[in-house]
Amino acid sequence: MGGIESADVVVIGAGIIGAACAEALSAAGVRVLVLDRAAPAGATTASGEGNVLLSDKQPGPELELAKASRRRWPQLLDEVRELIGPDLAEVEWDPKGGLVVATGADEMGPLAALTAAQRAAGVEVEDLDAGQAREMEPHLTDQLAAVAHYPDDAQVQPVLATAALLAAVRARGGEVHGGVRADGLVTGRSGEVVGVRTGSDAIPCGAVVNACGPWAGHFSETIGAPIDVLPRRGVVLVTAPMPPFVRRKVYAADYVDAVASAEADLQSSAVVESTRSGTVLIGSSRQRVAFDDDLDVEVLRGLARGAIRLFPGLAAVPVMRAYGGFRPYTPDRLPVIGADARVPGLWHATGHEGAGVGLAAATGLLLADLYTGREPVVDPGPFRVDRPEVALEAGS
Amino acid sequence: MRRVVVVGAGPAGRAAAAATAAHGVEVVLVDSAPKLGGQYDRQDTRESGDRFALPSGVEYLPDSVVWAVEPAPGGHRVHVRTGPADSPERAGRALETRALVLATGAYDRSLPFPGWDLPGVYTAGAAQALAKSQGIAVGDRVIVAGTGPFLLPVATVLCSVGARVVAILEANDPVTGWMKRPGGAVAGWGKFGELARYSVLLGHHHVPMVRRSAVIAANGTDRLEAVIASRLDHDWNPVAHTERRFEVDAVAIGFGFTPQLELAVAARCDIEGGFVAVNAAQATSVPGVFAAGEITGIGGAELATHEGTIAGTAAAKLLGARVRVPFRAMRHVRSGRRFAAALQSAYPVRPGWKGWLRDDTLVCRCEEVPYGELRRAVGGLDIGGVRSLKLATRAGLGLCQGRVCGRNVAELAGLADAADGFSRRPVAAPVRLGELAEDTPVESER
Repeated sequence: MGGIESADVVVIGAGIIGAACAEALSAAGVRVLVLDRAAPAGATTASGEGNVLLSDKQPGPELELAKASRRRWPQLLDEVRELIGPDLAEVEWDPKGGLVVATGADEMGPLAALTAAQRAAGVEVEDLDAGQAREMEPHLTDQLAAVAHYPDDAQVQPVLATAALLAAVRARGGEVHGGVRADGLVTGRSGEVVGVRTGSDAIPCGAVVNACGPWAGHFSETIGAPIDVLPRRGVVLVTAPMPPFVRRKVYAADYVDAVASAEADLQSSAVVESTRSGTVLIGSSRQRVAFDDDLDVEVLRGLARGAIRLFPGLAAVPVMRAYGGFRPYTPDRLPVIGADARVPGLWHATGHEGAGVGLAAATGLLLADLYTGREPVVDPGPFRVDRPEVALEAGS
Repeated sequence: MRRVVVVGAGPAGRAAAAATAAHGVEVVLVDSAPKLGGQYDRQDTRESGDRFALPSGVEYLPDSVVWAVEPAPGGHRVHVRTGPADSPERAGRALETRALVLATGAYDRSLPFPGWDLPGVYTAGAAQALAKSQGIAVGDRVIVAGTGPFLLPVATVLCSVGARVVAILEANDPVTGWMKRPGGAVAGWGKFGELARYSVLLGHHHVPMVRRSAVIAANGTDRLEAVIASRLDHDWNPVAHTERRFEVDAVAIGFGFTPQLELAVAARCDIEGGFVAVNAAQATSVPGVFAAGEITGIGGAELATHEGTIAGTAAAKLLGARVRVPFRAMRHVRSGRRFAAALQSAYPVRPGWKGWLRDDTLVCRCEEVPYGELRRAVGGLDIGGVRSLKLATRAGLGLCQGRVCGRNVAELAGLADAADGFSRRPVAAPVRLGELAEDTPVESER
């Protein structure tokens, strides 16, 4: 295709993860080109609430990545603002904090165990009594068994954040092309990446990053280096705009289990938060139904019930719309970040499930660290591509 | 029980329900208004009685919205809430059917211009609806502006409820347009009689029609005080030094129609050229889903009625009824479509309207998104794609969910092909969370 000459690295997928990888690589002086088969930030990224959370992570490698990412996000946004100006870099960053709410006595024990473990891992958690919790969120139910406050939970507008990161890539001389499908790799004599095929053309490059989100599994298969990434469907309800109703991200204590579960069946757990425009977003459901996005009213019903349990006043509020999306799911519930030894020059950055926006800042940094040989921001071992849980045999 | 569910009680939906019932198949007819009629035949809600009669075998659900259509074994499940929109006690039903007829119609299109968000600026359809259903004139001195023959009945009904219609501004030059498709004009010859009657009525009221002109700005502090009209060139760019100020307290704007596609999109029907694609039996690309009326192409009430007859007959046949092929309706539909195509080409919306906007002109009124912000997203951040554009600018995310602004925003952003992306709404009408949380027993067909 005309205009695209060559690049050091071609990033495939212009969602939040692809954008963060491209930004971090371009900041390290790498010549980057980002491709997306459709419009940038139009799929999984556009379906997310923009969570940057510590509260929903159990201690382990994902929490370490989340902590690094939470530290990195404000710095990253400062750097981008410096580069592209405050107007284009306005991405509604909001360190709003989160509340995890146990409404039944049976949820108190598990919540106490979770917060204790998170505290030991360095997460700031505050135990609230019912009075304190309702002072923070006056519309919260009075059926409160236990509430934990996470002051470091934050939110960002994911489409704007992605667009700003891509604008930074362009400002550094990188290129971003929407509506261009990567059909496969061009490999050299010893099987290494020398280019990307797009239709009848090829873009010469030294490396490729697979940042295709829920489609990363499919793409990895077509290029003969399969990884086990599957779509996991989610649906969000959006209310009509209303006067300030909920300030923080508020969710039911069983959410952490739903996120961590490996079940294919529907997992539903109440998550309630507002946006800057005054709408209230209600999640969250998790279902492994391949790429089936047929409406299922039972799923919406479950979301509505969960939200009303947390905030009884929501019952009278109209839902204006619902939208669904697909999260990139891995069997061991950890992202895949790093080089693929099977094809020299092939990298993956995917499998973040519902936490891609939150984990993006550190994921981009980690990938650039590994690519340039710098000291990695976190231990990359748990995310490596050749772990048995995700690396599949070609043709399997 | 086998049943056909028809959504929409305008000309197409009523004809579909009648045709189905005539074949001895039960019908549920769902409509959001309190009385039969739809937009075209809207009835005065203050009067008792009903101008329209439905045959037996039709269960009519007025004041009812279909807020979701989901797949069900062998067909679809149609989720309905019945009761006034602001009532806390709307009853919910979930109707399963193997034959769904969508006749959801169209709403009229507005184009933005500086000041169009002032009170006193109405869509032509809203002005007509207020006059028809409640006898209310939107103003004392009114301008009707836009394009298409629909402006004439709107001006006529405004006169009939006591408004002084200062002028009708038609942005196209329809005479030239019709000359290009004489076959289409002949196909719809009956229509011209109707239009001629309106012209005579408007002549009685001394309402001038000005061609190649449009309202390009509205002035006023708290509400509309005056509009600025301008001559337009062929592409609808304002012609310099032709601006003229009209002191009016209301303006009714109509630039053709946009089909109401939410349910068709939710049912996954193929959309072609902005309308639901149907075959000669009004069947959509989805088995068990039929479409009739303006959602398949803007062609007026007569064409819609014939399409409804065909759709209702085909739906009855699908459920096992022995039917007579509606040859007469099919013949009318063929000529009606030729007329509709000619209509479209005589009254297009031309791109010059984009030049009427300023950076502070709102492109989405619900979310108050100014044109400058849209330009920043498209130009500065290079955001393309309907979904990302909506989220980045909030255009189309407000209460009307893009019904008013969707097409305009898509065209301004250079995404004209993606306009039906604004119709992707799994929750097709607002429903309270409490209603959503309720258990609604499913009424299956068997």
